[in-house]
Amino acid sequence: MQIDYNYAFFDEGSKREIRRATLKAIAIPGYQVPFASREMPIGRGWGTGGLQLTLSLVGKDDVVKVIDQGSDESVNAVNIKKLIEKTTGISTTDETSEATIIQSRHRIPEVPLKDGQIMVLQVPLPEPLRFYEPSEFETKKLHAEKEYSGAWLMLFEQIMKYGNLATDADHPVMVDDRYVMAPSPIPRFDNSKMNYSEALILLGAGREKKIYAVPPYTKVVSLAFDDYPFEVESFEDNHCKQCGAAGVFMDEIYDDETETTYFQCNDTSYCVARLNHQTV
Amino acid sequence: MGYVAVKGGTRAIEESIKRLKFERVKKGTVLDVHKIETGMRGLIDQVMSESSLFSEILAAIAIKQAEGNPEEAVFLLRAYRSTLSRKHYSRTISSEDMLTERRISASFKDIPGGQILGATTDYTHRLLDFGLMMESEEEALQWLEGFEEENGQQENVTDLAKLPKVLDYLRKEGLMPECSDDDREPDDVTKKSLEFPSTRSQRLQILTRGQTGALTSLAYAVIRGYGALHPTVGELRVGSLPVCIDNPFNQYNDEDDSYYIGEIKATETEMLIPVTVEKERGKKEIKFEIGYGICLGQNETKAIAMGILDHALQTGNKEYPTGDEEFVLYHIDSVESTGFISHLKMPHYVTFQSKLDSVRKTKKQEAESKEESSLCK
Repeated sequence: MQIDYNYAFFDEGSKREIRRATLKAIAIPGYQVPFASREMPIGRGWGTGGLQLTLSLVGKDDVVKVIDQGSDESVNAVNIKKLIEKTTGISTTDETSEATIIQSRHRIPEVPLKDGQIMVLQVPLPEPLRFYEPSEFETKKLHAEKEYSGAWLMLFEQIMKYGNLATDADHPVMVDDRYVMAPSPIPRFDNSKMNYSEALILLGAGREKKIYAVPPYTKVVSLAFDDYPFEVESFEDNHCKQCGAAGVFMDEIYDDETETTYFQCNDTSYCVARLNHQTV
Repeated sequence: MGYVAVKGGTRAIEESIKRLKFERVKKGTVLDVHKIETGMRGLIDQVMSESSLFSEILAAIAIKQAEGNPEEAVFLLRAYRSTLSRKHYSRTISSEDMLTERRISASFKDIPGGQILGATTDYTHRLLDFGLMMESEEEALQWLEGFEEENGQQENVTDLAKLPKVLDYLRKEGLMPECSDDDREPDDVTKKSLEFPSTRSQRLQILTRGQTGALTSLAYAVIRGYGALHPTVGELRVGSLPVCIDNPFNQYNDEDDSYYIGEIKATETEMLIPVTVEKERGKKEIKFEIGYGICLGQNETKAIAMGILDHALQTGNKEYPTGDEEFVLYHIDSVESTGFISHLKMPHYVTFQSKLDSVRKTKKQEAESKEESSLCK
């Protein structure tokens, strides 16, 4: 009993259905469109939302890049890439600028995205209001009525408790002055890359069965107060130990031998490209 | 240094997959899929039910590949199921047409058609049968011969395909109100995601494909203390249901023109749940409500649990988590719950770095404000 899978894993009907939901998401920036999320051959919660978007969009001429927490070589990124290659036969790349579709978990690459590229973000929890309202029925109403006092109160309470905005990754954003949206757990550092992005940004939550989008050139503002402005992660004056870059998101790495902490670019392909450029 | 920053994820995966295969075959024997299919009925039925895919052979392959781990086997089958296009819908199947193998009622001793114990572990002594260590196929065949001979001599007087429903009897006796058929087209949770408030068809679908253990635990909570009711099994039956599809070339969809395409084995329960209803002037009366459970294969605990949860959600008493449809329906799917729990194994370096930054910022502020207050003194 040997069974061949269709191009890009899904049957064509499924792909069309996912694309319909995607089109709706693009038409209503920041709004979470429910869709009939399929079970995938990778774990639910391991990027099935992003993978469904990628597989529904990928054509024979596409070049796909997959990163996980900034790395092209991370086991999960490799695994997703392998599945895409196996079911489509298309080629993949590490170069951000060469890719037409970039699927990522929790990072937007350092190389600025261009017009015509699609950024696909994997989303674990698409509902930015879930922390104070567990019910989906209720949060749907809150979004419909643009009732976001809870989101503001959540930030206000952090200031009262900790003295500052204590959000980490997944800091909520306001999209097109209408919907409060979870940008997926990208670091705060990456939030501004969504604002007026030239590339289309699609967000897919497989387990939670939602697709949402930030169309190109859409206003995206991180929630904050005038007197407590939004702040990104600070790496102070540290430079990447490998390529010397500054002003990028970095991994903090502890060296057992010298017992010191050093920093390194989190975006590995960016770092490698810089290193290659330096040696030339 | 963690495994994310290291180049070589590709090789690591390849080696890990080899390691996995090694674990499966290292003893030098290979499990025969056919033997899984014939000898692991319990696991096959559970996996088929949680996967919502009826195919014993595919379930057997999945079980082999998963080395008998049900969550992994269900995952494999569901992922395969995603790639299948929906070619036909069956005609409505009526459970009265079940070819019954087993059928019991805990409410009445004498039910029309009689109690049929069938195959069940309920009255076995759970003593480990060491004889199975040495069981041979010849022995089994010999035993089978004797069994068939014995069975052939018995005359069967009841028509097992036409057993009346216990609940119909209750209705005829006026002990239960008649309920009308809901012939609305059911929703399909695999084609349109769940929205709240949910419909009964959506709830039943999510429940029937739910993880056996999750359903059992939640239903146990309902009858133990969170709703504290004691339901009775009105009827539990196990048997085969005939599946027919309409003639695709005849738009009139006559029953006579439909095709029989096979049968599926299922367990069905109708639970009687006593509820107190208030009548006029504070008078109270006890009345029975129904909880319905059905699932693929012989999964009796699951079917009963489903019946209990169906009723708990129908009543929707938000005092208990088991009456909250979002709480129950969002968390009982095997693929979803195991997927999200296991995703915690993935690297979270970026998110953790971001959290670290937040913690440090807060600490710094704390230190500064302490300094300030000590200066003030």
